[in-house]
Parts: sequence; structure tokens; C-alpha cells
Amino acid sequence: MAYALQQLINGLTLGAMYGLIAIGYTMVYGIIGMINFAHGDIFMVSAFIAVTCFTLLAAADVSSIPLALMFVLVVSMFFTSAYGWAVERVAYRPLRGSTRLAPLISAIGMSIFLQNTVQLTQGARVKPIPPVIEGGIELWQTPDFTVQIGWSQLLIIVTTVVLMVAFTWMITHTAFGRQQRSCEQDRTMAALLGVNVDRTISLTFMLGAALAAVAGVMVTVYYGVVDFFIGFLAGIKAFTAAVLGGIGSLPGAMLGGLLIGLIESFWAAYLWAEYKDVATFGILCLVLMLRPSGLLGRPEVEKV
Amino acid sequence: MTTLLSVRNLTMRFGGLTAIDDLSLEVPAGRITGIIGPNGAGKTTLFNCLTGFYKPTRGSLRLAHPQRGEMHLERLASHKVVRDAQIVRTFQNIRLFPKMTVLENLIIAQHNRLQRASKFSLAGLLGLPVYRAAEAAAIERAATWLTRLGLDSLADHAAGDLPYGIQRRIEIARALCVEPVLLCLDEPAAGLNPRESAELNELLLHLCRERGIAILLIEHDMSVVMNVSDHIGVINYGRKIAEGTPEQVQNDPQVIKAYLGEDDEDGEAAP
Amino acid sequence: MSAVVFAHHAMTPAERLRDAGWIAFVALVLGIPLIGLTTVDAGGRLEVATRFGLLAVFVAVAFAGRLVLRYGLDHARARRLRRVQAGTEADDGRALAQRVVTVLGWFALGAAVALPLVFSGNRYVVDTATTVLIYVMLGWGLNVVVGLAGLLDLGYVAFYAVGAYSYALLSTQYGWGFWQALPVSGALAASFGILLGYPILRLRGDYLAIVTLGFGEIIRIILVNWTEFSNGPNGISSIPRPSFFGLEFSRRPAAGEQSFAAFFGLDYSPMQRLIFLYYVILVLALATHVFVSRLRRLPVGRAWEALREDEIACRAMGMNTTNIKLSAFAIGAMLGGFAGVFFAARQGFISPESFVFTESAIVLAIVVLGGMGSQMGVVLAATLLVLIPEFGRNFAEYRMLLFGAAMVLIMVWKPGGLLSHREPTLRLGAAAKATEGGR
Repeated sequence: MAYALQQLINGLTLGAMYGLIAIGYTMVYGIIGMINFAHGDIFMVSAFIAVTCFTLLAAADVSSIPLALMFVLVVSMFFTSAYGWAVERVAYRPLRGSTRLAPLISAIGMSIFLQNTVQLTQGARVKPIPPVIEGGIELWQTPDFTVQIGWSQLLIIVTTVVLMVAFTWMITHTAFGRQQRSCEQDRTMAALLGVNVDRTISLTFMLGAALAAVAGVMVTVYYGVVDFFIGFLAGIKAFTAAVLGGIGSLPGAMLGGLLIGLIESFWAAYLWAEYKDVATFGILCLVLMLRPSGLLGRPEVEKV
Repeated sequence: MTTLLSVRNLTMRFGGLTAIDDLSLEVPAGRITGIIGPNGAGKTTLFNCLTGFYKPTRGSLRLAHPQRGEMHLERLASHKVVRDAQIVRTFQNIRLFPKMTVLENLIIAQHNRLQRASKFSLAGLLGLPVYRAAEAAAIERAATWLTRLGLDSLADHAAGDLPYGIQRRIEIARALCVEPVLLCLDEPAAGLNPRESAELNELLLHLCRERGIAILLIEHDMSVVMNVSDHIGVINYGRKIAEGTPEQVQNDPQVIKAYLGEDDEDGEAAP
Repeated sequence: MSAVVFAHHAMTPAERLRDAGWIAFVALVLGIPLIGLTTVDAGGRLEVATRFGLLAVFVAVAFAGRLVLRYGLDHARARRLRRVQAGTEADDGRALAQRVVTVLGWFALGAAVALPLVFSGNRYVVDTATTVLIYVMLGWGLNVVVGLAGLLDLGYVAFYAVGAYSYALLSTQYGWGFWQALPVSGALAASFGILLGYPILRLRGDYLAIVTLGFGEIIRIILVNWTEFSNGPNGISSIPRPSFFGLEFSRRPAAGEQSFAAFFGLDYSPMQRLIFLYYVILVLALATHVFVSRLRRLPVGRAWEALREDEIACRAMGMNTTNIKLSAFAIGAMLGGFAGVFFAARQGFISPESFVFTESAIVLAIVVLGGMGSQMGVVLAATLLVLIPEFGRNFAEYRMLLFGAAMVLIMVWKPGGLLSHREPTLRLGAAAKATEGGR
């Protein structure tokens, strides 16, 4: 029981991070109808930026953890959204209205490119950083097991919830949110009504990247290690989360992320840890076969 | 006059929207049946139900196939509607295989026949005479239609590079290569100039009178619909509001109301 | 988005500078975190190192590159505009290019046949050429799926793995020979293709891509973890090599067997085996080429291409699109399986490390760069991609970076690939047919 509770906490933490990345997939899908395969690598870039920042701060002897976190978050979000912008500008915008296959291949190319850029410029070795936040609250002590929620876990969950609320507010209440939703529904019409479609799409990519950057910082804080390959698996899992929740749906992405996180941590704890990635892929296939519109998505009507 | 297709109480809903509402219609064999109605009346949705792209929410679509007997179209997948029931359609926004040549487009329309002749591609791979004969016959059939529609000189051009009016004709030629029992044309005159429309009229009449192909025609161009149709059904808001010969329909007060509007509402009259 | 294209007005020098300046600024922002700063290991903990000199060079290159590129693009556009106005679109230029490619193809074939005879003493050349041919074969296999049928398969390496492991297991566990195992392994790979394809081929293209990606990973994870079956990360070693009609390529053949060298009265040389392997893959690759080219001219092949062009129109023509996709998937998988069998037989040792996503990406890059659907393009791209790392360690490091960038650039500038001319599968008229017979 205590062990299960601990898995629940771990799963929620993991799920919060997947959810943050999944939002990037879902928003981009919503607006341009394609999967941004490079999104996982954008997340990876942000984790590297976080590592650099933390190392810089450690060298500068900054001891205030909240201050350090704020700084790293802001810096990482800024640079990562620049990457999100550049990826859209270079690899996707010229291909709007092209064949079905072209943007997908371009996205794969971008993903390979980013991965190798980081490998070449930052090194192929795993980057460890000293723990940023240690300790936690002991929730429940049984004779043989102690349930603990780490401060970092709490931070991740709380940050995610706050961001989700802010984000939902932005989409539903601001001018940008309105433009974003109008472009999702009908890009041509939105353009005719004076919405700057290019800018809206760019902003969407930047926002998605910024959220991935939050996840990247959190992963760095939580695991303390980063390498150039983390974007691949994280990307697939977050994508699975987005599909499970219903691609195009923001709450769906969050819900899907949490479910994937929970499934993964329970699977690893009770079944075969080495096959936990297989479980995610299995879910992805099952969802796509049985319910392609996901849990909260609207079924797509094929346009003939 | 025998009935080829009978649509009974057809209803198609998308979520809250009812695109077709309890529609019943008879399509006679060997005649041209026109379907008219304002934009968004549900005409194309009717085609999509008929050709298996949508599963109707309710109602039945029965085809009295001259050779194969009665068929329930609503139970068939889209490719089977074409393969087994021999109902072929064209699209409002032309759907050719743009990078392939005109001839290839027409050969692809004969895919099922050729695929059978190629015996899972084995006969084809080995170049057996069975397959060669089938391929020659397919090319022959394609060539016949190309000549009939005046496209033979364009046979080896990529279909997507040709002008719009020609692409419309290619699409019809391609549909004819399937040897349809019922040909469903979705706005075949859209974007054609008057001369091309006149040629279309002549072609439709030829197909129907000489070849005995029944035609179901969605069209906004009244010069086409009124001149060639034997029978016209008028749809508005997914319901059939009138039916009859072109003269009857033209004078029907309901139709006039639907097209011209009673007051300032619903001004989307077709040209 | 807009349907109207306005003539591009020439930029003033100031505008050009401003434009390039903006690009340089973007390069600076992007460059700071990855190029300007890096972390290095300093005795167990990380330290930040700066490379501002490199960053400055990067920004300067971006600035100058943009200026030159912009200038070149404007001029190219102006030239094209003039050509279009003059009405001399180079159609015969394309036909000429096609003829050149055909001649090149025969030339390449001749070179491929002659290569081991010319370089019979050079182990390195024959080995590299064999690798090129493996990739050519993989490229031709994937070309069926991606280039012809337009289905993006990101887990192609899975079928390669199925082929390789089934031969490895059949030969080491059950003593099967190469030529016996080849068809069986191919069939096995094809069955995997059908098994995977059946549930997912209804999906939209991008879902298909990610599911195949997942499938490739699943196969690899299983190979790593299911030790009893695949011997895990240690892989399978001492896989027997193919024999030449029962003649082995070894100095001392097993009891009761005869060696190739002894049978033909030659002195034993390890090169004999390498050259033999080279010819085996050459034959396999050529057989693949003939097979695929013939299929393309059959109803299935045309259906694949039609599917790539417009799936809905295919259904409206009465095609069972699921079956057509499955056939493309299965045939692609089978060809990948064959290549896998050869790979296992040539290496004599396989482990899950040979079947990572990067391999799928390389094969995809070969297909994309070569021009989807173009057989000669695949040869060109495979040669290029295998040879680049051979030029030196630096090139090897930058190889995947270049592939990735090239994939993006090709899609943006020339989505058809390097050789994008499409030859119709049939032509109307006897005259056209007669010329076609020679091909």
C-alpha cells in the first residue's frame, strides 16, 4: 500500500512533465495539423540550457534556490522558444500547403539535426549536475517502507498546475488565445479577418517550446543528469500522452501525460521494469487502433 | 421505367448537425437525374453516403443492379461500392492523381480487373500472356474514352499539369473506365466555359442514351441541369422539397422560395 | 497561403544588410546556449567553458551566408521569371537529364560488376562497396514504402533486424544454410510487416510514422532484454557465411566439405570470400531492382503511386486501400529482411546495437535525398552517405548532422529529391511502346 502510494507520487511527477511536453505537440497539431517530431529534441535542448545555467550559478555561488530556479526557468524558456521559432521558420513554414509527406520528413530531419548539433557542441557524454533541491516530506512511515514526496516532486507538480491554469486562461481569455483558436478552426478565414496567421503559428511554436523548456528544467532538477538522447523517448511518450488524451485538446494532453506517467511508474514497479517503454508504445498502438480521437478529443470527420 | 437506385428515409447526422433529413429519392435506370439545391443543402453528403464514404445514420440505399441483383449500399465499404455495385463518382474539387499521366489515371480506374488478371502480380511479374492481354484491353478501353472525350493527344501528360476544364473531363473519363452502372457527377460543369458546358451536355446525353449509363448529377449550372435532366430532385436543408421534370421544378413555388428566398434571408442563390 | 504571387522586387543594399543582420541576430541567440557556452567535466563536476570565438565565427558565417544566399536566390528567381516569360521552360532539358541518368545507371552497373576484379587485392574497397550495396538494397526496399506508396516508415530497421536475427538463429540453432534461410527470413519479415501493418495502416500518415518508430524500438528493446531468445546485448556470434553451391570459403573446411579454393585449384585467400559476398549482395540488390521496377509497372505498383497521390480518389476508384498499403508494407519488409540476412551472414556477428533508430534514419535519408521513387537516386544517395564518413573522422562526426540538415533542405527546396523525374509506367501508342521495350 505504502509502496503503491509512492508509485502514485512518482507517477504524477513523471506525468506532469510528460503533460508539459505533450501540450507542445497538441497545440502544434491543432494549428497546423502535423506532428512536430522535433519537439522532443527542443525539450532536450532546453535541458542542456538548464544544465549550463545551473553550472554557471554554482560557479557564481548563488545559494538562493528559488532565485536560481527562476533564473534558470526564464533563461531556458527564452532560448528554447527561440529554437521553437527557428524550427518552424526553417523546416515547416516553407512547406505549408506542400505534400502530406514533406513536412513529416522535414521534421524528422530537424530532429536528427538538433540531436547531432547538441551532441557535437555539448558532447556525447552524460551531463550530471549536483542536486539542486534535496529532501522532502515524509508522508507515511510503515515498518519497512517510507513514503516520501520530494521537494523537487512537489515543485514539479505545483509548477505544472500553476502553468496549466495560466495557460488555459491565456487560451480562453486573451487576444492571442482567440487568434490561436481561430487559426485552428480555419486558417484561411482567420487570415481574411485580419489575424496574422504566420505570427500566430510562430507564437504557438514558441509557447510549446517554452512549456517544453519548463519540463526540461524540471527533468534536470529531478534526475540531475541529461544527455543528448533524452528527447527521443520523452518525445515519443509525450506524443503518446497527447494522442491518449485526444490530440488537439489541451486538457487532454495534461490528462494523457498524467496517465502515461502513472502507467509507466506502476508498470516499472510491479511488472517488468525493462519493458516499460514497450508498455507506452503498446498503449499508443491500442489507442490509435481503438479510439484514434483519444479520451477528450473530438472525432475527426474525413473531408471528401 | 425501372428504378435503379432507391434511397429511403436517408438521414445523416454529424454530431448536432443534420446534413440529410429523412430523404427519399428514386433514380431510374438509363436516365439522367439532376439534384439541385442551395449550397450546404446536403447534396455532396448524399453522394458521400451513396458511395460509402459516410455511413448513414439511418435509412436504406438499395441498388437494383442489372446483373448482380439487389444490393444494400449502406452496408458496403467505399471501395466495394465501386467494385461490386459499379457506382462511380467524381469530386467537386477534382481529385486526379496529379503526378501520373492521363493514361495512367485511366488505367488505375481499372485496377481491380487488372489486379485479378495479374494473379497477385505473379502473372504480371512473369509477363504471362493472360496479363498482357488484360493490360492491352485496359489500354484499349482507356484509349477509346480518351478519343471520345477528345483527350487522346494528352494521354502521356501529367494530369496535374493540365488546365482545369481538361482535368474535369479526365475525371469523367476515369470514372467511365470503371464501367459504371450509375455515374455520380458532383458539379461537373463548375469552372467550365460555355463551350465546354455545351460539350458536357452533349457527352452526358450520349452516355445516357447510347451507353445506357444512369447518371446522378449535382449541378448549379442550370443550363446543364435543365437541358439534360430527365428528372430533378430539389434538396434544401437536407430535405427533398420538390421533384419532377425540369419544367415542373422550375415552376414549383417551394423551389423558387428556396432559391430566391422569401425575405432577405438565405440569399445564397445559385447562379 | 495566398494564391497570388507578386513579383519580387529587388532589395536595396540597405535592406539586404538589415535582412542579413536579423539572421545574424537569430544565429547569435540560437548560438549562445549551444555554441557560445558548453559544460566540460572538471574532475567529477561540470564547469562552464566559453567559446565566444567560435560563436563569432558562426554569427559571421550566418551573416555572410544570408547575404550571398539572398542575392543568389533573387537572381535565380529573376532568371527563372525571364525564362518563363520567354516561354522556354526546359522540358527537353529534363528528358536529357533522364537519358544521362539511364546511361549513368548502365555505367554504374558495369563499374559495380568490375569493381572486385579491379580491386581484387584491396580489402577496404570491396568491404566499403559491400556496405554501399547493403544500403542500396535497404533504400530500394524502403523506397517501395515511402517513395512509391507514400507511407512514412520510421521503423524500417525492425524488418532488417527480423531478417538478421532469423538467419542468425536458424543457422546457429538449427544449422540452416544461407540460401535456405534467405526466403524463410524474408517471409518472416514480410509477416511481421503484415502483422504490424494490419492494425495501423488505416491511420493517418503521421500516426503511421510514429507507430512504426515505436515498433522499431520495441523490437530493439525485446532483442536487448529477452536474453534466452536473442542472447541480449551480447548478440549472436559465429554466424556461418554463405557457401558457393556448397563450397565453403575457409582455409580448412569442415570434415566432409570442400573449400572453394581447393575445388577450383586456387590458393586460399580471405579475399575470395569478400569478393563472393560482394557478388551475393550485388545479385540480391539487382534482383531487388528488377523486382521493384517490374512491380511498379503492374497494377499493384500503380496503385501504390496512386495511393501516394490521393487516397480518397483511390477509394473512389474501387481500390481496397488497406490491402494496397499492406502489400507495400509487406514487400518493403521482405526486402529489408533479405538485406538483414545478408548483413548477418557478412558480419558473422549481430547485436541489437546494429538496429537502432539511427539506421532507420539513414535509410530514410537515402530514400529522401535520392528522390522518392527514383531507383538511381537511391544508389547515388547511398554511395554518398556511406562514403562521407570514409573521408575522415571529422566527416564521420558530422555525417548525421549533415543528413538531418539535408533532409530539411531537400524538402524545402526540392521535395522530389536529387533525381525527381518520374517515368510513366506506360505510354499510349505503339511507337512509345517500342522505345520502352529497350528499357
